Amino acid sequence: MPDISVLDKLSSQTKYKKPVFKPLLRIMISCLIIVGLWQAIVVFFGMPSFILPAPVEVFEKLLQRYDVLLKHTFVTAQEIILGLFLGLFMGLFFALQMLLFKPIKHWLLPILIASQAIPVFALAPVLMLWLGYGIASKIVMAALIIFFPITTCCFDGLRNTPLGYLDLAQTMGATKWQMLRHIQFPASLPTLASGIRVAVVIAPIGAVAGEWVGSSEGLGYLMLQANARMMIDEMFAALFILSLLSVLLYFAVDKLLKKFIPWEV
Amino acid sequence: MSASMRALSAKIPALQIDISAGYLHYIGSKTATLQGLNMSFPAGQWTCILGRSGCGKTSLLRYLAGLVDQKISWSGELKTTPPQFDLKNNIAYMAQQDLLMPWLSVLDNVTLSAKFGKAAASIQKEAALALLEKVGLLDSADCLPQKLSGGMRQRVALVRTLMQNKPVILMDEPFSAVDAVTRYRLQDLAWELLKDKTVVLITHDPQEAIRLADKIYIMQGKPCSAKSLKVPTSLAPRQFDPECAQLQQSIMAYLEEDDA
Repeated sequence: MPDISVLDKLSSQTKYKKPVFKPLLRIMISCLIIVGLWQAIVVFFGMPSFILPAPVEVFEKLLQRYDVLLKHTFVTAQEIILGLFLGLFMGLFFALQMLLFKPIKHWLLPILIASQAIPVFALAPVLMLWLGYGIASKIVMAALIIFFPITTCCFDGLRNTPLGYLDLAQTMGATKWQMLRHIQFPASLPTLASGIRVAVVIAPIGAVAGEWVGSSEGLGYLMLQANARMMIDEMFAALFILSLLSVLLYFAVDKLLKKFIPWEV
Repeated sequence: MSASMRALSAKIPALQIDISAGYLHYIGSKTATLQGLNMSFPAGQWTCILGRSGCGKTSLLRYLAGLVDQKISWSGELKTTPPQFDLKNNIAYMAQQDLLMPWLSVLDNVTLSAKFGKAAASIQKEAALALLEKVGLLDSADCLPQKLSGGMRQRVALVRTLMQNKPVILMDEPFSAVDAVTRYRLQDLAWELLKDKTVVLITHDPQEAIRLADKIYIMQGKPCSAKSLKVPTSLAPRQFDPECAQLQQSIMAYLEEDDA
């Protein structure tokens, strides 16, 4: 019998062409193009710096105020990451409840969906009232905004375990708990991972919106302050860092997920 | 043969299963799926079941495996020899898909049943490695299944089935998804490894049944019942001879009858 693995190797070589640009290079090139366009608009339309500061001014501000920016970045990053963990924990918890106890699902699912009709931003003032101006209210904001995608993805993943896997485990004498622990949960991980990817992108929105409503630190706070004092270049600097933070977070999480779920397609 | 290997292959009593006047009805369906079913699966032998798609072969197998208890009503006699054997805890099930868990390495896949039982994991591991070596997959023990070809995956599934160490093996077209040569080799391998087991094999391939069977049933009709066929006198796994060709002819004739 010819060694089939050799054929597999061949087909995998022909299937995946090596990308011309490395991902990092691609990102840098597109960033450069955007910055170039930005600079062109400022020069071409003669934008005053209190409407649209030139990239160079923003860059100068970044260097000049790096200590302040770094301090606020740290706060916001903390809120986002803790919010992610809280939201993930809550989502997993609710998804498991819905899977294990059918009646809970029938009661909970409509409430979950209805809760998504309330904009999280509308809840922000209430959260400030209950949890104070500190980071707690922002963590909860971030958690609330990601809670729904995490719950639905996790629940879908758990519910759609291939029937053959369940049959096999059953003929092996698995108990309900063993089935969940060894079959259903690992089988749901790729679906959960897509939920987490969405969550990582939208969690910063929750944290920053929370900071806008009421806070004494964080990038959202800094942006409001800078805006009020017409320091638009500082606002843009904060915005730049916020985007950078989100992108870095996304790629870090993506890398982690790929490492821990290598079978994901 | 290592001590652990011997522990695994320690004689488990062979089990014979007899079904008489079997009747199986899916709850909520208008007609019965199986009716007047008389079959016997002799201990330590291969019984092959042939039949058209949807005739109820898989239903029978799933019933024996205890997978449809909630969905069916069953009447008729299901007797095991030695008697009073709890069938559900004495079968290993092998399906058409290999059902390898993509998150487990090959080694973890073949020892999957240890996660659900009380067997010592260390003994399992040694025996699993010995068996993997036997099927030529020792080098792949730490790979994820996605790295393997279809034939290799089915060999892993075979080892996993064997590791469950049950007297009865139920197989639902386990070799149908691989190419002809790979299938031939898998049949030989399965034949060798499952020598002392009571094997019930569902297949769509008359040649496969003729090659391997100590006993052949054709299931047909609606509701479905089983008819026993005479197998060639030579010993399995058989080379294809005129007697086999004749049997294949009559099998095809029986299967076509079902159209009428």
